[in-house]
Amino acid sequence: MVSFGSQVDFSVPHLKIRGLNKFYDVQGQRLHALKDIHLDIPKGQIVGIIGKSGAGKSSLLRTLNGLESIDTGSILIHQQNIAELKHAELIKTRQKIGMIFQHFNLMSAKTVWENVALPLHIAGYDKAEIEQRVSEVLTLVGLEAKRHDYPAQLSGGQKQRVGIARALVSQPEILLCDEATSALDPESTANILSLLKQINRDLGLTIVLITHEMQVIQEICDQVIVIDQGEIVESGQVWSVFSNPQQQITQELLNFEQVNLPFELSPTILPESTHQILKLKYVSESKSVPDLYELLDGFNSPVQVYHSQIDSIQQRTIGSLIIGIRNLEFGLNHSQSEKHPAITQLEVIGYVQSTH
Amino acid sequence: MYNQLIDLLLTGTTDTLIMVGVSAILAFLIGLPIALILVSTADFGIYPSKKINQSLGWVINITRSVPFLILMVALIPFTRWIVGTSYGVLAAIVPLTIAAIPFFARIAEVSLREVDQGLIEAAQAMGCNRKQILWHVLLPEALPGIIAGFTVTIVTMISSSAIAGAIGAGGLGDIAYRYGYQRFDMQVMLAVILVLIVLVMLVQMTGDNIAKQLDKRKV
Repeated sequence: MVSFGSQVDFSVPHLKIRGLNKFYDVQGQRLHALKDIHLDIPKGQIVGIIGKSGAGKSSLLRTLNGLESIDTGSILIHQQNIAELKHAELIKTRQKIGMIFQHFNLMSAKTVWENVALPLHIAGYDKAEIEQRVSEVLTLVGLEAKRHDYPAQLSGGQKQRVGIARALVSQPEILLCDEATSALDPESTANILSLLKQINRDLGLTIVLITHEMQVIQEICDQVIVIDQGEIVESGQVWSVFSNPQQQITQELLNFEQVNLPFELSPTILPESTHQILKLKYVSESKSVPDLYELLDGFNSPVQVYHSQIDSIQQRTIGSLIIGIRNLEFGLNHSQSEKHPAITQLEVIGYVQSTH
Repeated sequence: MYNQLIDLLLTGTTDTLIMVGVSAILAFLIGLPIALILVSTADFGIYPSKKINQSLGWVINITRSVPFLILMVALIPFTRWIVGTSYGVLAAIVPLTIAAIPFFARIAEVSLREVDQGLIEAAQAMGCNRKQILWHVLLPEALPGIIAGFTVTIVTMISSSAIAGAIGAGGLGDIAYRYGYQRFDMQVMLAVILVLIVLVMLVQMTGDNIAKQLDKRKV
């Protein structure tokens, strides 16, 4: 168990989860789906929950608006415990929590306008107010011209915009996103993510999203929570988790771009091994990239660079390098103090016989 | 001769239309709520209840397994109690309705069940209560399928009404039976068949058109 709140140094938590446990009964087997979740989600932040499929992220997200019940623990929004609400109160609270879905879940028999108006309609708003608010949110998502179209006439990205408009029309404080971009092409994904970011900035909405794609986290999230087999295994600011992932599962999720190296790696030192292949991550507090020569100076060896990548996350520069050095013993007796301060992670990934 | 035939066919058609029309409306009004109950009380429905779901399913299955001719005869005491007679157009409405309710309820149930679970989840997430989910999501989304199913029901009822005619309910079936079967009058029988074909085609075309108009899933 990792407490997420301990790493956050600003703002009052908007959502506060304590000791949450959930079990499923699957064919007589009791399955521990969510294990002792403690979580603080600060107001106005974009928090991404990432994990493999079946890790429990979808269940966790659905507990936040009571679509999934929980067995023990509490979920507090403004001191109100979602887990203890009666059905009628839960329905009222849900009107203040927007949600968007991977497959959009728009009503096929209703026009864009009717879809967006539905949350207000069921909450009993009068016609004039509905008209005004629906027009507002449709303009916000850029679909005012499509108000009389049916969902089937729209592209995937436009459908998700309608979904976002529908979620925002009740003026919620929290927006839950369930794999909101997983069914979209890269261009629509980028558009939807920037729209979400704009909403977060302009309306001060707290956004909780789940995804299995690290790019989504990297693109818009402030905080990341890694969940594996129903447990939070790692969490923190995105730049810090990205530059120094602690858990195996996080590293796997982060390796979204497989690097093709021009040689076969051996996991152990063979008699013919001449080079050691290292993977290192470094972080720089500004947008400038640290000097490569200084960075690699501590290795006391000629260095060959096989791969380099630089990402900019939350105003920081995060780089990763795959290098080869001739010193086979280096990783074993390398002390922390010799390492350049910008290097956050250093890992031996294998050994090769030089062909150069 | 022709005037006579036309008079005969007109009366028969009117009787059939009244029988089928009234029974169809009743079957729709009673069958649709039953379908809604079936779908809502199912395992992942919005009011899950195994007891209600199973007992209702039983009643429907039993009613549906009795052939119409036998159902009609078996219902004679009930029919007489409801409409005061077991003979004529009015009396035929009772068994026709009772046979059509479970038939239509099952067809409507399938359409309702096929509504994407995601839409129901979206409705719950926006704060719909269960009645609102039924009214704003399940019914409108399933409507094209329900209308198509209702068309099938009416067509089946037209053929059932001909059976009812044979035991004295009047209508086109009665004419075909008396003239065609008992007197072997080919001309009348062919004319009745022709009218039935036109009737069925009109119903089917109208139903298809309405269902297509309502279906916005592919535009």
